[in-house]
Amino acid sequence: MYGFEAMTFNIHGGYLEAIVRGHRAGLLTAADYNNLCQCETLDDIKMHLSATEYGPYLQNEPSPLHTTTIVEKCTLKLVDEYKHMLCQATEPLSTFLEYITYGHMIDNVVLIVTGTLHERDVQELLEKCHPLGMFDSIATLAVAQNMRELYRLVLVDTPLAPYFSECITSEDLDDMNIEIMRNTLYNAYLEDFYKFCQKLGGATAEIMSDLLAFEADRRAVNITINSIGTELTRDDRRKLYSNFGLLYPYGHEELAVCEDIDQVRAVMEKYPPYQSIFSKLSYGESQMLDKAFYEEEVKRLCLAFEQQFHYGVFFAYMRLREQEIRNLMWISECVAQNQKSRVHDSVVFIF
Amino acid sequence: MEKFIDNLSPMDLMRSEKMSLVQLIIPVESAHRAVSYLGELGLLQFRDLNAEKSPFQRTFVNQVKRCGEMSRKLRFFKDQIIKAGLLSSIHPVVEPDVELEELEMQLAEHEHELIEMNSNSEKLRQTYNELLEFKMVLIKAGSFLVSNNNQAVAEEWELSENVYSSDRYVEASSLLEQQMRTADQSGLRFISGIIFQSKALRFERMLFRATRGNMLFNQAPAGEEIMDPLSAEMVKKTVFVVFFSGEQARTKILKICEAFGANCYPVPDDFSKQRQITREILSRLSELETTLDAGIRHQNKALTSIGYHLTQWMSMVRREKAVYDTLNMLNFDVTKKCLVGEGWCPVFAKAKVQEALQRATFDSNSQVGSIFHVMDAVESPPTYFRTNHFTNAYQEIVDAYGIARYQEANPAVYTVVTFPFLFAVMFGDWGHGICLLLGALVLIARESRLSTQKLGSFMEMLFGGRYVLLLMSLFSIYCGLIYNEFFSVPFHIFGGSAYKCRDATCSDAHSAGLIKFRDPYPFGVDPSWRGSRSELPFLNSLKMKMSILLGVAQMNLGIILSYFNARFFRSSLDIRYQFVPQMIFLNSLFGYLSLLIIIKWCIGSQADLYHVMIYMFLSPTDDLGENELFWGQRPLQIVLLLLALVAVPWMLFPKPFILKKLHSERFQGRNYGMLVSSEFDPDVEPDSAREHHEEFNFSEVFVHQMIHSIEFVLGAVSNTASYLRLWALSLAHSELSTVFYEKVLLLAWGYDNVVIRLTGLAVFAFATAFILLMMETLSAFLHALRLHWVEFQNKFYHGDGYKFKPFSFALITEDDD
Repeated sequence: MYGFEAMTFNIHGGYLEAIVRGHRAGLLTAADYNNLCQCETLDDIKMHLSATEYGPYLQNEPSPLHTTTIVEKCTLKLVDEYKHMLCQATEPLSTFLEYITYGHMIDNVVLIVTGTLHERDVQELLEKCHPLGMFDSIATLAVAQNMRELYRLVLVDTPLAPYFSECITSEDLDDMNIEIMRNTLYNAYLEDFYKFCQKLGGATAEIMSDLLAFEADRRAVNITINSIGTELTRDDRRKLYSNFGLLYPYGHEELAVCEDIDQVRAVMEKYPPYQSIFSKLSYGESQMLDKAFYEEEVKRLCLAFEQQFHYGVFFAYMRLREQEIRNLMWISECVAQNQKSRVHDSVVFIF
Repeated sequence: MEKFIDNLSPMDLMRSEKMSLVQLIIPVESAHRAVSYLGELGLLQFRDLNAEKSPFQRTFVNQVKRCGEMSRKLRFFKDQIIKAGLLSSIHPVVEPDVELEELEMQLAEHEHELIEMNSNSEKLRQTYNELLEFKMVLIKAGSFLVSNNNQAVAEEWELSENVYSSDRYVEASSLLEQQMRTADQSGLRFISGIIFQSKALRFERMLFRATRGNMLFNQAPAGEEIMDPLSAEMVKKTVFVVFFSGEQARTKILKICEAFGANCYPVPDDFSKQRQITREILSRLSELETTLDAGIRHQNKALTSIGYHLTQWMSMVRREKAVYDTLNMLNFDVTKKCLVGEGWCPVFAKAKVQEALQRATFDSNSQVGSIFHVMDAVESPPTYFRTNHFTNAYQEIVDAYGIARYQEANPAVYTVVTFPFLFAVMFGDWGHGICLLLGALVLIARESRLSTQKLGSFMEMLFGGRYVLLLMSLFSIYCGLIYNEFFSVPFHIFGGSAYKCRDATCSDAHSAGLIKFRDPYPFGVDPSWRGSRSELPFLNSLKMKMSILLGVAQMNLGIILSYFNARFFRSSLDIRYQFVPQMIFLNSLFGYLSLLIIIKWCIGSQADLYHVMIYMFLSPTDDLGENELFWGQRPLQIVLLLLALVAVPWMLFPKPFILKKLHSERFQGRNYGMLVSSEFDPDVEPDSAREHHEEFNFSEVFVHQMIHSIEFVLGAVSNTASYLRLWALSLAHSELSTVFYEKVLLLAWGYDNVVIRLTGLAVFAFATAFILLMMETLSAFLHALRLHWVEFQNKFYHGDGYKFKPFSFALITEDDD
């Protein structure tokens, strides 16, 4: 019942919404980032973080720190919070929360499969996986030789199974195939998530469709840019675009035929929301595009908190926290490698 | 009068301690010692002079980091000690303080030692686990394979089935044999190993899928639990044997085993070989066990020796960290040879602070002494009350509303008595009072024991308020005696009742009433009122009037305190245009009502006070008729009414206009603002005394004054009405206890049945304990709290100060516990 969430939302979702808003208040602020950017060593970063919500997770780390430890511990905090929320959630919020992790699951599957293709150690690969995207039999992925086996052996048990129906081939796995698989899976996942949110209705549908549409459009642009100059045909490229979003369908037609970055730019500038992103970039430049997209995303995610009684806040919080961890990773890397001049290149301020 | 007030001896708790802003200039070499002496003294609150610097830009950041590192090590030791289950045996030993550097070395050494020991024992433990697992696999998997061997001997498998039909794995073994018979030709092979029980099912499913069903999976739970090296918990594992054929299947299965974390151990086909290996393993196991035990003993010894010092070390590191955190708040002076600190310190403690500084200079053989001098302060000093065990709880009650402004009259002085008393008015029952008293006495008797141990949040609250509880219970007994209620039963304690029956049978006592035959009952309510027809009207009228008397008295006290505040801060404006009209307004209306109540009680008149009060406003000139209580009441009422009417504009208009006049006089002719040069930046010199030139906004002041006046005028009515809660809660309490006594206890006692009587008694006891003693105590407590916070304190209390938080070692509590 659209517009009447206020009457019933709090019965099941009120507690968790309060929790998630409390977590959001714990995100690092611009002042925190300023202080972090001035740090000289990783110990300084640890010391500064110990005054924030990350404190308990970092306090027992012995002193020669590594960037990976910091990122690992910060991610652990996110995972703990996520698990807590998932435990407390009831339907349909629990399904919604599970949907948030599918993206990581796809990434993990791709990571393991690529890794085994290049004969890497499974244990080592497992450590690199995002903990949010872990599922029980993930280590078994290494056994599979082709897509069909991959599906039949492992993925049939996971929530990713339905998305796989489109990309089951008996072809052997190679880098190109895996990349296409990743995009097909992600595409199917986004569409499914979008449909699920539409089914939930109300403010959730409204806000989430906006956020997911942005995600889909960003992916469309990224796929286009990355596939320029590869052997991917136009039709195949077209297939990888999601069937919703602002660019659907006419933008997709145009993107599918783009041959260089400036053509992409010309397509995107027809869409007012994306004009501002591309107007920041100089012609022919695609390096800063990621950052520009991230900034736009963060802005949209923050706006999700302006409205109450919807599930978008959970999605937004998880994304914001991930962005924060990316920021922390970048800052710590810059500090560790004495490249402090480049700190601001990739940090996206959240507030 | 003025003289009399001036000559009153100063009350300690009435005004907060006089504070002064002091500056310390300490030579670097004695700074650490000086700060730690000050921490022991605990009477100086340092101001952060480096607030704009982030934590890692400060001077002593390295030391703070080192302390953090050391406390991390100490936490590690503590974890290890708890893990080894040794914490109970710790007796802190008092030893002379070791140097920080020395301690750091010691800690590093201990940590290194412990980590080495841990890794050693971990390695041992791993080998031990592996052997143990191998042993189990041998035993269990052997039992799968045993049938295989037997079958070879027995030749006829039907026969062997008969022989082994009593076997536990009858189905499995017979199936197995079927397979084995064909296996001889097709090269059937097997892998045996051990896996976590929780993963076994999924493992089997995965194997099934990977080999397309061409395998046979046997499993049996391992007999013993095995310690998981990661979580150090005992986990259950399952031994499995997979039979399959083909090389490709083998690689697949091995990969799956690896993915599932299953450990594979080869089991020889040959029975005698199996036995031999088992023997070997058993002997190695026992060897390892002794080694492990020795290792654990060694480790425990090391941990115990650490444990002896742990508490001391922890408190020492905490102190050091606090000292460096404080040193980080200090500034270096220009020459970089001295540290400059600023802080608040109570005036009485100046000598002690100076003495501590001198001691520090002397002890660290410094050439230059520390300089200590008083500075002028712009901001208002912190509020510091020296409380003791008894007054602390009452001060907390006041502080919970707001910390007193510096040197403002402290309501806690009066709260000590008025709070328990107002509580008791609502909770008057001397039976319940005695129960509370016993509870309070238990808490106080165990004070020394309870104060050292950690209590739950509820007990902590109860314990913190033990002296409040004590006075509350004493006053409850007093009020209960006045109400003459003991679990709602009246007693003839102070002599006989003043009433007697009209005739001998006393049959019409409830209809026609009793007659008075002697002097009134000497103390409290006459027991004969209980159960009579007019009990409620009488008690209600009594308690209602009493509530108003108490309320008017307390509100007057509040206004009088505002007078003392105004006197103390030398603001004659507040006395003339706030205190005086407020006094007149309140007393001409509700003070007069109180007077009428007292006169009515004294002369026993039947006048209707409602009528008097209402017609005092509606038609003040009318004749009072039968409601006249004393001569000249009508003119008095007219005068009072006029005074009240005059008081309202009196408190509203003059003050803002006079303030405006004063302001314009002060800045007369000063049409130019002060030049603000760039050097004179407020951030550069935060300590110099500068005159804060505030813009005078007349409309703001006027609106403010208007709000205050309206609040007071309306508040006079609503606050007086609010005091009627004393009556309402007291009524509710006595009615509730009557219900429980009459409808539960007496009803049950009416039956001649032990079970019913006991049930009744139990229900009565529970109701008394939980509803009357706990819930009612809480509700009466809350209402008393409200009467103090709102009705009493809004007359004079600003409550916008901030608390004095001295740098003190005694206040550093364990933050990680």
